[in-house]
Amino acid sequence: MAEPMKIRASMKGDTADVKCLMNHPMETGLRKDAKSGGLVPAHHITNVTATVNGKTVLDAEWGGGVSKNPYLAFKVKGANKGDKVMIKWADNKGDHNSAEASIG
Amino acid sequence: MNILRRNVLKGAGAAGAVSVAVAAGLMKPTAAFAGWNKAGFESKDLGGAIGAIGGGSAAASGDISVKAPDIAENGAVVPVEITSHIAGTDSIAIIGEKNAMPLIAVFNLSNGAQGFISTRIKMGSTSNVIALVKAGGKAYKAHKEVKVTIGGCGG
Repeated sequence: MAEPMKIRASMKGDTADVKCLMNHPMETGLRKDAKSGGLVPAHHITNVTATVNGKTVLDAEWGGGVSKNPYLAFKVKGANKGDKVMIKWADNKGDHNSAEASIG
Repeated sequence: MNILRRNVLKGAGAAGAVSVAVAAGLMKPTAAFAGWNKAGFESKDLGGAIGAIGGGSAAASGDISVKAPDIAENGAVVPVEITSHIAGTDSIAIIGEKNAMPLIAVFNLSNGAQGFISTRIKMGSTSNVIALVKAGGKAYKAHKEVKVTIGGCGG
């Protein structure tokens, strides 16, 4: 998916505050299509990983219960200004995306 | 939009009611994903979901804070913030007690990541948001009730 992903990372004391917005429909597979009445097939992010300077800090597994266009924030202690934060996701249809930002 | 949501909620409720009758074989086949807890995420009952992530014996803890609105107008977007003050927090899982599929997300933390996660989740009906934290091989939990108003002006 070529939709952009936004990451904002800033230092608060010795901890990096990382916020991220992804673009994804996050279909649970339980929702009915208003027109056809059939179920909309599940299409949601299943895995999210975040690294700081290549080291994994967050490794998440998601179900369809995360809201559409997911928002995620986390904190990393010991990171420094200028470190590179990279966030990647993959979904149940094999789609994936990633974005990178420097801690400001 | 409103009609759409009603359908979602109706569907979710029906799925919950028949969950006991639904045999594992009837569950929708989803492509196997490396590192994805299929049993947990596709479990339609709370006990199964918690058991699948090894939280069956989780002890209630006052060191976990679950921040969520008291009343959520729109169950499709409920902001949730979980902070664990337990030293050495390894993972945080978010569970929607009465969701059709209760397990929402599991976050494994490492290399300095703090016991903090903020995200937005879907909730099918008024129930507890449960945070399940694992630290040093033990499981802990805390919860907060969120009232989901159906209809209203949230659509």
